[in-house]
Amino acid sequence: MSSIENPAPRKSLWLKHKIFETNSIILVIGVLLVISVGGLVEIAPLFYLRNTIEKVEGMRPYTPLELAGRAIYVREGCYNCHSQMIRPLRDEIERYGPYSLAAESMYDKPFQWGSKRTGPDLSRVGGKYSDEWQLGHLNQPRALVPQSIMPGYPFLAKTELHFGDIADHLRANRGGGVPYTDAMIAQAASDLEAQATPDHPRAAELEARYPKVQIRDFDGDPKRITEADALIAYLQVLGTLVDFKLYDTKANIR
Amino acid sequence: MAATGYPIRRATTGEMGGLVLAAGCVLPLIIIAALTPDPAYAFHVSLAAVASLVAVFLIGNRCFSPAPSPAPQEIDGKPNYNMDPVKFATVAAMVWGIAGFTVGLIIALQLAFPDLNFDLPWTNFGRMRPLHTSAVIFAFGGNVLIGTSFYVVQRTSRARLAGDIAPWFVILGYNFFIVLAGTGYLLGITQGKEYAEPEWYADLWLTIVWVVYLLVFLATLAKRKEPHIYVANWFYLGFILTIAVLHIGNNLALPVSILSPKSYVIWSGVQDAMFQWWYGHNAVGFFLTAGFLAIMYYFVPKRAGRPVYSYRLSIIHFWALIFLYIWAGPHHLHYTALPDWAQTLGMTFSIMLWMPSWGGMINGLMTLSGAWDKLRTDPVLRMMVVSLAFYGMSTFEGPLMSIKAVNSLSHYTDWTIGHVHSGALGWVAYISFGAIYCLVPWLWNRRELYSLKLVNWHFWISTLGIVFYISAMWVSGIMQGLMWRAYTSLGFLEYSFIETVAAMKPYYVIRALGGGLFLTGALIMAFNLWMTVRHGTVDAPSDDHALQPQLVPAQ
Repeated sequence: MSSIENPAPRKSLWLKHKIFETNSIILVIGVLLVISVGGLVEIAPLFYLRNTIEKVEGMRPYTPLELAGRAIYVREGCYNCHSQMIRPLRDEIERYGPYSLAAESMYDKPFQWGSKRTGPDLSRVGGKYSDEWQLGHLNQPRALVPQSIMPGYPFLAKTELHFGDIADHLRANRGGGVPYTDAMIAQAASDLEAQATPDHPRAAELEARYPKVQIRDFDGDPKRITEADALIAYLQVLGTLVDFKLYDTKANIR
Repeated sequence: MAATGYPIRRATTGEMGGLVLAAGCVLPLIIIAALTPDPAYAFHVSLAAVASLVAVFLIGNRCFSPAPSPAPQEIDGKPNYNMDPVKFATVAAMVWGIAGFTVGLIIALQLAFPDLNFDLPWTNFGRMRPLHTSAVIFAFGGNVLIGTSFYVVQRTSRARLAGDIAPWFVILGYNFFIVLAGTGYLLGITQGKEYAEPEWYADLWLTIVWVVYLLVFLATLAKRKEPHIYVANWFYLGFILTIAVLHIGNNLALPVSILSPKSYVIWSGVQDAMFQWWYGHNAVGFFLTAGFLAIMYYFVPKRAGRPVYSYRLSIIHFWALIFLYIWAGPHHLHYTALPDWAQTLGMTFSIMLWMPSWGGMINGLMTLSGAWDKLRTDPVLRMMVVSLAFYGMSTFEGPLMSIKAVNSLSHYTDWTIGHVHSGALGWVAYISFGAIYCLVPWLWNRRELYSLKLVNWHFWISTLGIVFYISAMWVSGIMQGLMWRAYTSLGFLEYSFIETVAAMKPYYVIRALGGGLFLTGALIMAFNLWMTVRHGTVDAPSDDHALQPQLVPAQ
């Protein structure tokens, strides 16, 4: 112990540390100040720097059915193996499509960018496969992709979707800044049914509220709205809202 | 105090408060359980109602116990330490640890043999993986941290733990949170934020428990008989405070309703990503690092019988570590839609973080100066020293992987998983095992462990397991990263995604083998500890292991 053998000089800066060692409240305040700096510098500007989220055409909140599907995606922990974030690297753009924009996840609560690709990226999986393929793949992945290691989710197509409180889900999203209108919230349950039911009388209203909405029976069982309907509706919208033929990358250089 | 002949005494204020609060919760909880349409949520709320009733029973029962109340602060001039909550946490840590390692082994096998998912909701990888991570980090690691912090703060303050029922509330409340979290994942209740999966009501409960934890810790420090706060307690305090800040910041969410387990976080998209990895990386930095460094600063000097190497290095280590760690989060978001300036800051600070990390490692390793010979004879000390070596390795690998060019290859691959496990198994688990091997004989008043030979077996079997694990993940991760970006001579992507999946299989089998060895080691440990408590020689009660591992404080 060096300081026993060579006592510190009287005015050493090290002696100042005594105040932290003898007063727990000062230690608490010191710790709180020191840990605040990094977080404030890195997080706060993301809320006011206008170039954090690009200006794009086409982003809209999720429809009630897509939102219910997203809840199932989260519930089953899909993010543990699938990312939703294409990096601006040559191979990723060729494999998955245009790199992901911050705007594309601006209504995502929580974000599902993921941290691991045990399976492929899903941020532009919408429209890549048919509904039948998605359903068959969810039911029995290795029937369609023999080398796949994905778990099967046959129970989704057998489970009816509970959406009695879907309006409350939209309202909670609005509380966190997602621009759901009063009409969207009031009509949430009927919008949800309309999206999963071909030729539904209120389909036009749904389309007016949610441009580019895909209306059909997603799970091949028109009698019921199942969890598979919702999940496939969500998968099929991923990456389809921003039209990259029209998107001007130069306008948004950050 | 009860003056009559009845065995009942007057309840303390704490007991009365606890009784009223617990009893007051029962009816509202039953009403919520009856009204909610969600069966999984009804199960959780019913569990909470049962827990409240059990709390009422336990506190009531306590009032009839013959022990004087409140317990004396000192007996015969020596501090009357409150070690029962520490004992509970130690046992809980071992139980949760073995459960968490087992689930880890199962999900490792699921990746090699996908039929083991059984295509059921409750057994698929997506629900089991958070169960594994939470069980090992929060259940095993959390109990080790709370248990050792309650031990260390008492010993180094020479004061009884503050609070009468508060320490028990912390330990039992925390473990109840673990039960809510774990059963929730299997039933499909999750926020979908990595390492912060528990839903709003479990988060609220944890916040209450954590604030009480902080108050117990601070109040014990306030009672200390030592003039200075020992360095281990700085790290414990840094861990408790920062985890509180991170937990609240990352989990601010609006519930759908009080009758629904589901909530939506108030942040969205890119801001949510930044909040998440500010939290996620500092769960590593403050839960899995600062907390376990506190263990290092107490248990390594104690076991080696040497003072901490350098007091000044401890000061630099502490402040530099907590200042730099908090910046490192964006390295989880390289090349994503997070603005570049934030990514660059994250990378820069991650590289700088290498220095305090190695400073801490050196402070721990050099504490063995003059006691290196003990490594030959003491496998417990060897385990702790090897944990520091793994800490040094992981904290070198981490900054390396945070460099954007390296990260473009390593991100999304198994390399990350290998990196995490060299830290988690090699550093966190080993320093915890070392601490528990020290603690059990101290707590149960045994002269020594049942068998040092078994500790040796544990050490070598699990070290072999770690080596299998991390080398398999290095190979599979780097291979996968290279295959994703491989081009043919004609300029086409060389491999389809599924080819890269198929190529992983042998490494996933080797990884599972490594995990199996690690679990075997932990089972040997549990047997050894059981035999120590059951059949160990009772030590004559003495205070000699209460000798302090001293720093020389600023005069």
